[in-house]
Amino acid sequence: MRRVAGIDVGGTFTDLLLTETGPEGVAVRFAKVPTTIANQAHGVVAAIEAAGIAPADLDLVIHGTTATTNAVLERKVARVGLITTEGFRDVLELGRRTRPNAYGLFGTFDPLIPRELRREVPERMTAAGTVRTSLDEGAVEAAVRALVEDGCEALVIHFLHSYANPAHEIRAGEIARALWPNDYVTLGHALLSEFREYERGTTAAVNAAVQPILDRYVRRLQADLSARGFARDLLVMNGNGGTVPAGHVAQEAAKTVMSGPASGVMAAAATLAQSGLTNAITYDMGGTSTDVALIAGGIPEVSAELTLAYGLPIHLPMVDVRTVGAGGGSIAGVDRAGMLRVGPESAGSEPGPIGYGRGGTRPTITDANLMLGRLDPARLNAVTAGVGLDTIREAFTRDIAGPLGLTVEEAAAAVIRLGNVHMSGAIRMVSLSRGYDPRDFVLFAFGGAGPLHAVALARELGIPEVLVPARPGLTNALGCLVADLRQDRVNTVNRSLDGLDMESVHALLGAQAESALAVVSEERAEIEEVAVIQGADMQFRGQTHLIRVALPHARVSREELQALFEAAYFKRFQVRLPEIRAVLVNLVTSVIGRRKPFPLAALLEPGPDLDAARLGTRQVYADGIWHDAAIFSREALPIGARIEGPAVVQQLDATTLIEPGAVATVDAIGNLRVRV
Amino acid sequence: MTLDPITLAVIGAGLQQVCNEMDIAFSRSAFSPVIAEADDRSDGIYDRETGALIAQGELGLPVFVGTMQYSTGELIRLISEGRAGAPEPGDVYIVNDPYLGGTHLMDVRFVKPVFVEGELFCWLQNTGHWPDIGGMVPGGFSAHATEVEQEGLRLPPVKLFKRGVLDAEILAIIQSNIRVADQRIGDIKAQGAALAIGESRLMDMIARYGRETLDAAIAEIRARSAERMRAEIRTLPDGVYHSEAFVDSDGVVDEPLRIALTVTKAGDGLTFDFTGSSPPCRGPMNSVVATTYSAVYLAVKHIFPDVPINAGTFEPLTILRPEGTFLDARYPRPVSGCAAEVSQRIAEAVFLALVEAAPDRVTAAPAGTSGNFALGGFDPERGTSYVMYQITGGGYGGNASHDGLTNGCSTIGISKTAPVEVMEQYYPVLFRRFALREGSGGAGEHRGGFGVHYEVELLRGEARASFVMDHGRFGPPGVLGGCEGARNVVRIHRDGESFTPPHLSKDQNIAIRAGDRVEVMTPGGGGYGDPARRDEAAIARDLKRGYYTPDAAGTLWGTRA
Repeated sequence: MRRVAGIDVGGTFTDLLLTETGPEGVAVRFAKVPTTIANQAHGVVAAIEAAGIAPADLDLVIHGTTATTNAVLERKVARVGLITTEGFRDVLELGRRTRPNAYGLFGTFDPLIPRELRREVPERMTAAGTVRTSLDEGAVEAAVRALVEDGCEALVIHFLHSYANPAHEIRAGEIARALWPNDYVTLGHALLSEFREYERGTTAAVNAAVQPILDRYVRRLQADLSARGFARDLLVMNGNGGTVPAGHVAQEAAKTVMSGPASGVMAAAATLAQSGLTNAITYDMGGTSTDVALIAGGIPEVSAELTLAYGLPIHLPMVDVRTVGAGGGSIAGVDRAGMLRVGPESAGSEPGPIGYGRGGTRPTITDANLMLGRLDPARLNAVTAGVGLDTIREAFTRDIAGPLGLTVEEAAAAVIRLGNVHMSGAIRMVSLSRGYDPRDFVLFAFGGAGPLHAVALARELGIPEVLVPARPGLTNALGCLVADLRQDRVNTVNRSLDGLDMESVHALLGAQAESALAVVSEERAEIEEVAVIQGADMQFRGQTHLIRVALPHARVSREELQALFEAAYFKRFQVRLPEIRAVLVNLVTSVIGRRKPFPLAALLEPGPDLDAARLGTRQVYADGIWHDAAIFSREALPIGARIEGPAVVQQLDATTLIEPGAVATVDAIGNLRVRV
Repeated sequence: MTLDPITLAVIGAGLQQVCNEMDIAFSRSAFSPVIAEADDRSDGIYDRETGALIAQGELGLPVFVGTMQYSTGELIRLISEGRAGAPEPGDVYIVNDPYLGGTHLMDVRFVKPVFVEGELFCWLQNTGHWPDIGGMVPGGFSAHATEVEQEGLRLPPVKLFKRGVLDAEILAIIQSNIRVADQRIGDIKAQGAALAIGESRLMDMIARYGRETLDAAIAEIRARSAERMRAEIRTLPDGVYHSEAFVDSDGVVDEPLRIALTVTKAGDGLTFDFTGSSPPCRGPMNSVVATTYSAVYLAVKHIFPDVPINAGTFEPLTILRPEGTFLDARYPRPVSGCAAEVSQRIAEAVFLALVEAAPDRVTAAPAGTSGNFALGGFDPERGTSYVMYQITGGGYGGNASHDGLTNGCSTIGISKTAPVEVMEQYYPVLFRRFALREGSGGAGEHRGGFGVHYEVELLRGEARASFVMDHGRFGPPGVLGGCEGARNVVRIHRDGESFTPPHLSKDQNIAIRAGDRVEVMTPGGGGYGDPARRDEAAIARDLKRGYYTPDAAGTLWGTRA
């Protein structure tokens, strides 16, 4: 019997999904326990125990953690020192001359490393990578000693143009490591070797700021698990959607940021593959925000231009998950001119929607769903004391229906409609507007609230089908189980195609693949096959934005590069520019160690027949009238079941609304597929 | 036709999204780094009969928000007078004439008519800042021009695309008159394609809701925005508020230019009167009236950022046309400083006038200059000519709750500075430093943010440097007892000697040789409130960070430092 656990620590819950593979096939166990904020390791151990398994019986644990994301967003980070090129101490504080919002001259920004901990040393490389001022090694030593004295726990060494020639950073790193009390030394070029000093420096600063936190956490978790007899491998999720061995993860701690949303997308990709689909928009709607990603040709898009918060870009290859500021907690109201508004203000999770009974008083999207029967109001009464549907109705009457002269149902429906318009617009902006035809996609809905809005959103977007996976509330944990091992390498080339030395391109691609393979191969036992995916970031000469093209093979020719780029550019912008030459900016290599396919059909035991899944009916408001909608239990639906809207499919952690006119079927591996 | 509130809100959000999509497509495919990196562009939808603004992208350059509707309006007028060709499907007009609802010549507008069933439904327009438009200095920011002809190629509205086909003859005229012309074809296609994307999204909406519904919604949304702005204005106390702001000089005559502003708030309206401002000037610091209006609009939008933008938003604002002043320039007055600099002084005057009425919504004066430094030359190593732009931010003013932001972008812009590593890759220069300008934030209970201090060396060949900046003679004012932020400084270093331009913040075509260095220090923001009320812990923190020397802090905050 081989047991593998995927464990995802979210903001509220720690989810576990465990497979047991034996002679009789595969069995699946689940657990959901509260996240233990102070030490997430306790929750992880509790989840394993809640599944009825002893850690000693596990063969592999794959873990996704929000420890680093939260640390950065809440600024609960390590004390970090910076050593940088003379004249450039303030790069991390100056940023790129921005303000938080286009209108309003307010706002504040604090860099991750305060000014008193940023020190300069004489050294300078040119843009061509030649030495202009040699490194003052004595100054490096003095700066290191001073920062240790100042109580810094981690160190960043970030020199100008180190992507072109890292010699000074490497030498300064040697000096620093000899004096630094621990291993927390980050060199600017080591995480990404791309130009743009603010973005590269900030990425390095994020890494250093979370490195001690992640390292301590992983060590504690390993200790807790081994104290309970676990002696096997621990893999940790990265934001690129792959996993890395626990021993390597702290070195590149910044890569674990945003790994939670990335695992959800990896689960979606695996589900699509086993459903015979290749293109999807993933849609994970939560309380305060909604995460959206695009999967085309079966592969999640990866971007290196994510921004974590104002002034905090992280330029590392990460699954391109875009966050839209609308969720179940988005507050609705009528503005001073009598216009209905939904968001951007949010009730968040505290106080949350009125229906949570934690003191929320203003109507939200979730409250509208409760009032219209789309969410089960009976569950509302079960969890909250003193707050019922009447409280919600009063709030809608007071804030929306009264001022607009609508019935209270019309008001709630209007809130959902406008919320959907905002969400669909935002989804379109970050996905389809990049040159894709919505008719080629499915909307992959997960998270607690995703399946509730998905049918209406798909209609708004022109997407013909919604797919709700078997366990929409456990998608991130599933992502851990299906994620492959993955290592990315990026190097800046920045040469015009016609002046490019193709031999050096081939050599660089080879070196990238070799170094990434070395890390992935450490987990040989887990891997079924290894894939090397290579790409090029390109632009027309004179542009600054990039388009990534996939390389068909490692010995790509100049002519192939030009043709691939022109085709990709036309697809995105509908423009051809034969007059202008193309430039190769970055070469990118991803090495993926593919693991055995996960048996998704095991996630949900099918029921015997549709009637057994019927839970009765409930009044649901849709298209302007109340319907007597059938309610089904998702856990009891048989394979092949067909349900016509209006209907509601409920399961432990999610509710799917099948709008009037839509038809849902359960496919061969248990997905709910809704033709909208 | 009466509309239900749901359809109204849905159409409002939909029109906004059409504009946002045009904005993104334009930036992502543009060649001009001023557009691609700095987002110095805007896209919008305009009324078929009046040119009034229907919707504009949320990420458009603020100063274009007010100007583009005037530009469309002027085009409609010229068509009706037979001075521009009648619109046909697929046409795209190009125009950059500042006096026809524009800004400076570098801001090139494309205007496309949208037809539904053979009838004109609306206009789409976008503006993009081209990196060069010809004229006496590379990059177009002249400091010495005395006629608009010296500033570059001026295009009246002509059809660059006729029924969807690019006119090769007009294109040839343009390319023969601008520098680094080979990349402009890329920008022209990008700018036209963004409008095409907008047209196709708008047609989807028309197909879905119908023309009548859309027309009714547009009118209603406009009325609602006006009402929303009125409601905001009602929250201010009635009164007459005065302010003044000064431009260092016009670049030709070394005397300050005065903006005198009287704002009258009565009921739900605001009236702006610039009587007493300086007469038209000889140098290029004149403002065309569209830019003057737009500067007032964007300042008010900064004060009330939540009001959605369309023509209705600004209905409650009355701006008395400032005839006979440098804020209402007529042909052939030079205007290259109007969008980047004068507009920011106008906005500053609005802030200074209204801070007393709205102390929680208005900040002390921000740095308020675009910090344009253009270097044009020939790189002997690569055998190519280049025009390099360096733009920098400055400190924002302190406000009721916080110190001002450091290195914020210009009041009228949202554009980013290019990274030093990118500049050094593309141009034969080396930055000696790119640093926070210590001590530049004006003292106050909440101090101003800090400016930038950079120094750049020419590595090879020869070049010409031009500057159009401001606040070199007067720092950004503090408010409610706060002190002014540090003034802008420009210095040229050669062979151990240094030279400051006579007009401090403006000069052009200064010969630069290999080894020469250009040093710029941008303004800090003004302070907000009495420095004596500053929190001692904040003073101590600023000292520890080296933002101020102990001496400077002692002068600004006395014994409490």
